[in-house]
Formats: sequence, structure tokens, C-alpha cells
Amino acid sequence: MIDTNANILETIQMIEEDKLDIRTVTMGISLLDCIDSDGEAARRRIYDKITTRAAELVSVCRGIEAELGIPIINRRIAVTPIALIAGASSDEDYVEYAKILDAAAQAVGVDFIGGFSALVDKGATPADERLIASIPRALAETDVVCSSVNIASSRGGINMTAVKRMGEVVRETAELTADAHGFGCAKLVVFANAVSDNPFMAGAFHGVQEADCVVSVGVSGPGVVKRALEKVPGVPLDACAETIKKAAFKITRVGQLVGTLAAERLGVEFGIVDLSLAPTAEVGDSVARVLEELGLETVGTHGTTAALALLNDAMKKGGLMACSRVGGLSGSFIPISEDIGMIEAAAAGAITLDKLEAMTAICSVGLDMVAVPGETSAATLSAMIADEAAIGVMNHKTTAVRLIPAIGLGVGEVVEFGGLLGRAPVMPAHEASSEVFVARAGNIPSPVHGFRN
Amino acid sequence: MKIILTVTGLDHVGIIAAVATRLAELEVNILNVSQTLMGDYFTMIMQGSFDETTRTIEEIQEGVRPVAESAQVEIRIQSEAIFQAMHTL
Repeated sequence: MIDTNANILETIQMIEEDKLDIRTVTMGISLLDCIDSDGEAARRRIYDKITTRAAELVSVCRGIEAELGIPIINRRIAVTPIALIAGASSDEDYVEYAKILDAAAQAVGVDFIGGFSALVDKGATPADERLIASIPRALAETDVVCSSVNIASSRGGINMTAVKRMGEVVRETAELTADAHGFGCAKLVVFANAVSDNPFMAGAFHGVQEADCVVSVGVSGPGVVKRALEKVPGVPLDACAETIKKAAFKITRVGQLVGTLAAERLGVEFGIVDLSLAPTAEVGDSVARVLEELGLETVGTHGTTAALALLNDAMKKGGLMACSRVGGLSGSFIPISEDIGMIEAAAAGAITLDKLEAMTAICSVGLDMVAVPGETSAATLSAMIADEAAIGVMNHKTTAVRLIPAIGLGVGEVVEFGGLLGRAPVMPAHEASSEVFVARAGNIPSPVHGFRN
Repeated sequence: MKIILTVTGLDHVGIIAAVATRLAELEVNILNVSQTLMGDYFTMIMQGSFDETTRTIEEIQEGVRPVAESAQVEIRIQSEAIFQAMHTL
């Protein structure tokens, strides 16, 4: 037999009891060859290219799912940032581009399509500005389109003019989707040091340096890591790190296998495996619970940042050896609404925005799916974005902000999104104003260690 | 393609016979079998192979479903590739 029976049963237990799954198989498609001075023509080409390239994506994933016996939760598409594509046309408003992405995604049956994006970390072109202005309506009028804007980088510094603008855009998006308590904002990410091969939403786009068409994979297995830690109670933390590494290796190998099979069957290049552990709001699928397993009474208390640092680093070390190419965000996801442990900690007031910010400084990807009171001002939202961007820029890491101003709701109330997006208790923001700071706009220059040549 | 079948459920007479017969009908060659009882709980792991040009794994999964129902056991059929990926360097 290829393996011991124990190994076979362990794998089955991981899938059936610990909720090991492939979070996403994401196809990255370059739209650079769809550029046209006539917006109509460009959109027609975009539709044709996506529906041709991704025609088999869903059925291939279904086949792999059946063959390996592991669920693939989402199939997604990431495209070239639309500001680069639409810029050649004379269109003043890019909402139509979002609509064509939506139509193409629904035609091939994927769950999300990302790339309604602009990269403005050092400055914005007129096309970038038009795209940013189109975001609120684009997200309100489409179903599966996701948008992201990169407003800072370690090399370019922080574009505070764009940060100011994005605070307003997040607010407008929330207002336009007020009937769903600002749901549109769940599809909008503001990045520092955005990566071009991220398979996870809402921040996925297909960078210009990527091949024409690739498939990348994101895995989900916090339950597996937690179970592995349960088997070694009371051991020193270095032994915990060792245990996590081994679990990460196994989880990531499945990602590599699925990605290789998908690429082969779709006849495209295999991109990367993203090592991030993606949680869901279901019991048994929580990153927060892994941290608690390390010995914290509740996530958010003192020691959380250290525990997260251990987890994140061990996941990477185990995962790196398990696959041919690692990429994407490969950090820890601690979205408030999508992780049962985080939801409970936020509802109990055990975790605050300040603690979350500290956690993102050391290892996690950002302030993710955090609901703030509906009346939070655009300037305060901008200031939160600026804080996260500063952490990213200074530490050479990706940070992301996905804030949901919960229109009509106050602290302690809960925004229900449903599905993978879960539910978010509204968390308090600081009340003192950042208005004057944000209104200064301009640039925060890049740090001296941004110039490594 | 090489596959791993795992059969679990309450033990009773004829589980192996029923599964093996159905696999023969589906032209799956049994390569290896291991079976244990934990209390009344039956666990069997089988390695098999079949010709991918004549059948798909979905057809085999579908094909054993009536046996799983009548024998009141759970039968999973997965490509050997996932176990190999996870547990071998």
C-alpha cells in the first residue's frame, strides 16, 4: 500500500471533521490585449476573453473535487487592473466595465471576479481617478465584482491624497449599499504593497508582470492546525511551531496538487499557492481558535500578537517546502466577520481595533471585514487606512483594509452578511478627529529602507 | 488510475463481499485490502485501480452508491494522489 492506513484515515479526518478544503482556485487572466480606444469594443473583447479562457474552470474544479474527495469552495477570476485597460478609451465612467466583468463571471459560473482595481501608490493617472470614482456605483450595481486600490508601497511611500479619497469612496460605497448595511464595502480592499498574484478576494487582481493566463490556489485549514496542536498539550512553544509546520506542510501539499491538476487540465500555467490560512464563520474553521489553543483565554488578550507571529511564521516554513511556488498574500487572515472566534471576541469586546492593528503589524494581512459604526466619518476611515498603510510600508509587507461602515448601526449591533462573509459585530472607533491630518493630503515619503539598491 | 476506497460503518455479515462484487462489476482491480474492527465499528481501506479510458472516477463513485445504501456503510473513493501528496516527501 502507498501509505499507512493511519495516514489515509488522517487525511479523511482532516477533510471531514477538521474542514480542510481548498478555499479557492483562482484563474488570473490578462486583459492587456483587450485594450481599445472604443470602450464598447474593449468590453466586448473582455467578455470574450474571460468567457473563453475560463469556460472550463468550474467543470474542471468539480472534477478535481470528485476525484480527490476534497471540497473546492470558490472558483474565482482575477483580471488586469481595469484602470490600465479602460484608460485608453474615452469613457468618463467605468461602471460599464464592472458590469461586463459581472456578466462574464456569471456566464462562466465563478463565485467572484476581482480586478476592478487601480494602482496609485505613487500617483494617479486620470484613468485611475475615473476608476476610483466609479467604485461605489460599480459595487452597488454588480454582484460578484471585487475592487481593490493600492495606495502605498515601501518604494513609493503613501499616497495620502489617494488615502483621503478612499475614505470617501468607502463611505459612499457603504451609503449606496445602505439597505444591506454597507455590504458593498465587503468587496472593496485598500492595499499597501499589493501583490499581483493574490488568489483571495476581495483583493485579487492579475498584475501586468504575470503570464497571460494562470491558475493559483488558496487553501483553508485552521481546523487541521488546531487539531494538531490539541494533540500536544503543554509542550513548549518551539514544539508548537514544529507541530504547526508539519500540519502546514500537509495542507499546502493538497493546494499544490489541486493547482497542478487544475493547470494541467485547463492548459494554462500554474501560478502560486497562497499559504494564508483562510477561516470561515463555521465552528471548527477558525484561526482565532488556533491562537486560543496555544493558551490564550480569548483572542485579543495580551499575548495574541506573539501567538499570531508564531503561527504565521510556522505556517510559512511548513508551506514553503510543500509547494513549487509560493505567492499571494501568504499571511494570516483574521477577518472579524469570517472567523467564529473573532466574531465572539469582537462581540464580547475582547478584541479592539487597536489590538487588531498591532496584530497586522507583526504578521497578519490587515484590518479585514471590520464593521465600524455607521456614522464613522470619511476622514476617520482614511486615517485607519493610513495607519495600516504605514505598517505595511515600514515593514515591507502587504497590509489591507476592508472596513464596513455599518449604515444605521451602532457599536454592539451585528451586520449579517451570510455565506463565506459571515457576520460582524460593530466595533468602536476612536472618536477624536483625524480630519485635519487627512485633509493635508499629499504624500508620506517612502522610508529610507525602501531604497535597497 | 489508482484509488483508495474507505468503507466505514456498523459491522455486519457481507460488507466485504458486497463491496468487492460491485467493484468487480465496475472493473476495478483490487490491489490491497486492510480491515479492522473497533468495537462494532467496521473500517476497511482498499487500494484499487481502474482503466481511466473506459470509466471515470465519478462513475465508480456513483456505481458503489447502491451498495453503500443497502449495506448501510459509508464508502469514499478518492484518487490515491491526495494521500501521496500529503504524506510522502
